[in-house]
Amino acid sequence: MLSRIAESLFWIGRYVERADGTARILDVHLERLNHLPTEERDNVARELLAVMGARPESDEFGLEELLHALAYDKQSATSIAGSLGAARENARRARETVSSGLWESLNTTYYGLNQHRKDVVGTYRFCHWVLERTAMVSGLADTTVSHDDSWLFLALGRSLERADMTARMLSTRDVLSAGMSWVNMLRCAGAYESFLRTRRAAFGDQHAAEFLLLDRLFPRSIVYALRDADDCLAKLDPSAQRVGFINDARRIVGQARTFLEFHRTDDLMSELPEHMERVQKAVSQASDAISRKYFNQADELAWVGEVS
Amino acid sequence: MTMSDLFQDYSEAAGRSGAYDEMFAPGQLARKSYGQVAGALRELSLADVTARADSMARTFLDRGVTFDFAGEERPFPLDIVPRVIPADEWSVLERGVAQRVRALEAFLNDVYDKMTVVTDGVIPRQLVTTSAHFHRQVHGFEPAGGVRVHISGIDVVRDAAGTFRVLEDNVRVPSGVSYVLENRRAMAKGLPEAFGQQLIRPVEEYPRRLLSALRKTAPSGVDDPTVVVLTPGVFNSAYFEHTLLAGLMGVELVEGRDLICRGNRVYMRTTAGEQRVDVIYKRIDDDFLDPLQFRADSMLGCPGLVNAARAGGVTIANAVGNGVADDKLVYSYVPDLIRYYLSEEPVIANVDTFRLEEKEAREHVLDRLDELVVKPVDGSGGKGLVIGPDATKDELEALRKRVIADPRGWIAQPVLQLSTVPTLSGDKFGPRHVDLRPFAVNDGDDVWVLPGGLTRVALKEGSLIVNSSQGGGSKDTWVLSDSPEVPVELLPRPSITVRERVSVWPVESNWRDRQTEQQQ
Repeated sequence: MLSRIAESLFWIGRYVERADGTARILDVHLERLNHLPTEERDNVARELLAVMGARPESDEFGLEELLHALAYDKQSATSIAGSLGAARENARRARETVSSGLWESLNTTYYGLNQHRKDVVGTYRFCHWVLERTAMVSGLADTTVSHDDSWLFLALGRSLERADMTARMLSTRDVLSAGMSWVNMLRCAGAYESFLRTRRAAFGDQHAAEFLLLDRLFPRSIVYALRDADDCLAKLDPSAQRVGFINDARRIVGQARTFLEFHRTDDLMSELPEHMERVQKAVSQASDAISRKYFNQADELAWVGEVS
Repeated sequence: MTMSDLFQDYSEAAGRSGAYDEMFAPGQLARKSYGQVAGALRELSLADVTARADSMARTFLDRGVTFDFAGEERPFPLDIVPRVIPADEWSVLERGVAQRVRALEAFLNDVYDKMTVVTDGVIPRQLVTTSAHFHRQVHGFEPAGGVRVHISGIDVVRDAAGTFRVLEDNVRVPSGVSYVLENRRAMAKGLPEAFGQQLIRPVEEYPRRLLSALRKTAPSGVDDPTVVVLTPGVFNSAYFEHTLLAGLMGVELVEGRDLICRGNRVYMRTTAGEQRVDVIYKRIDDDFLDPLQFRADSMLGCPGLVNAARAGGVTIANAVGNGVADDKLVYSYVPDLIRYYLSEEPVIANVDTFRLEEKEAREHVLDRLDELVVKPVDGSGGKGLVIGPDATKDELEALRKRVIADPRGWIAQPVLQLSTVPTLSGDKFGPRHVDLRPFAVNDGDDVWVLPGGLTRVALKEGSLIVNSSQGGGSKDTWVLSDSPEVPVELLPRPSITVRERVSVWPVESNWRDRQTEQQQ
């Protein structure tokens, strides 16, 4: 398939998952933020934005600016509206490849972005709506696109971004390390009920973090998402099945996953910042490596003269 | 339209009812505890308020927070104005509720054992033995774990003078806590402005407290007890609550047919074979629990449960037979029971109650049936209750005959003007009567009272009946915190940069860079 199309699909996967993850994080933390005194709230809003990988544009940064930056700012790839716009733009460029169901659901989502009140109460409904739309996009991608290379690129983007988003959810513990933060972390990931059923009476930060980081069966855990990404990479490049690797992305994803999966520790919480940093780094390195290997790079587009 | 319009006729309506208003002192001055709520409402127009109320109702419907009304699932009406309890008032209520639970616990242990309370002349033997819920089947053994009233809901109301009084005790199967949890979630999203500057005590720890109390009271010798919630099934009006609590505790929700009793142990049927059950959080009535002991035609329970409990093989929470303690005639003796068992004075008073078995009281009451509330002693949910001033002549005449035929079965109380809270009705706020059901969890060592509880509100103007089956709704209940303990949010937080870095990952390999070097 065309590299350009593959790249579009990869980014559709990433952007849709990013919108989903950001909506989850915003929904849960907005509730928390609302319970804080104004000054504290502004600081926390700033830190939350930092966890999402952005900086405030001006010194005046409060709740309203946070909502703009994470939900409604169409110019920024960090925001939900920006991500969904970018996903739709990518689908437009690969329209002949994606199914009409997938394209239409992304397009409808794009046109629905403006139909929400941008205050706190409206944002709750907005986040809810985004979760429904992204679930629909994901579902259509899984059920109306052949699981060939094109779908593998989409799924690869999705699982890498998912690992990254879960890492950010866990990092929000540093932003709001208040009493019940592990409940928030789990709610972010939609993992609350699953966690409770698995862990019975074992509540607490440590167990919640462990679940989101290491659980082999929960689909939004980092280990699970990285394994998904690894599977996609293996299927995309079936030549190196026996020994070693020729694909840098596989090395990066595989090393990160196996390190986490088989890492024994008594003090997960103090190591958490490093884990999160490494996971986010691994995701971005893997993404670069995938770009280098599969997608056309601008610097390779040089005109080559005829050999005389 | 602004707040003043929304509250236009409020003080007039409040004057009509003559009740204590929780939000406004006379002269329509918002009380201090309601300052933030009043401020938030002031900013909203009628359109805002109704849009939010609609959105809250839709959320409830989406989440399945419904009650069963004539075979139809309806969202439990949640009003947008919360009920606020200041810290000092709450600390009294909290102590009073815990005290009551301890006294009732002691009373139950006593009536199913030596009955010293009778031999010491505190209450008549006949009172206990004639109670419909005094179950001889559970006489003479201490339940495994030693607790009988694990979960209780003590209904309190506020009279016209603003004094809290206990209206009734629920120590069998108190329900409603799921609405407390859901109301808070909905309000956090429906009226976020009101939360900002004040500290509202959280309610979300309830399921964890409950689970830990249930586990703690497991039969001795069990290391990792298995807890289940026993429900009568999907047709029960409180089924939503059963699923929510089981889900939030992360335990199985079982029906009677999922359980087996063998050798005085209880097991549940699972895909991995039979699994031992140690603690049953029972959400069905005693009468249906065990066909070997109670109603033989019950299909909801499991034969053998009572014998298993007697043998100490399983903990049943709440214990079988607790109904004798929330008999409304026993209720009238609870202040005496508190003095007898705890040697303390009651923290919260009862509502004045006439015992109709006493000749003088009965005659007094029969002369004034049209001024009093008359209640059956074993009813719950407002069933069978007659409010004198609202009843017709025929109803009063029928009541008179029933009281004379069975004086043990009834009590009478004065009509209390329950306190009011502003409640959205059509296009404005009006005063509506409320009660309060605080929930307490007893783990054997300590009685923990959930901050707040369920505030039920009668949505019809002037109505005193708050039951959801009769047009009642609910309000989120906020307990303000002004204790010196620093709220968790304000503790200095270790910032990401300041925290000592721990490094466990291998030093990053620069594989790619070396490759490129080699290629060059």
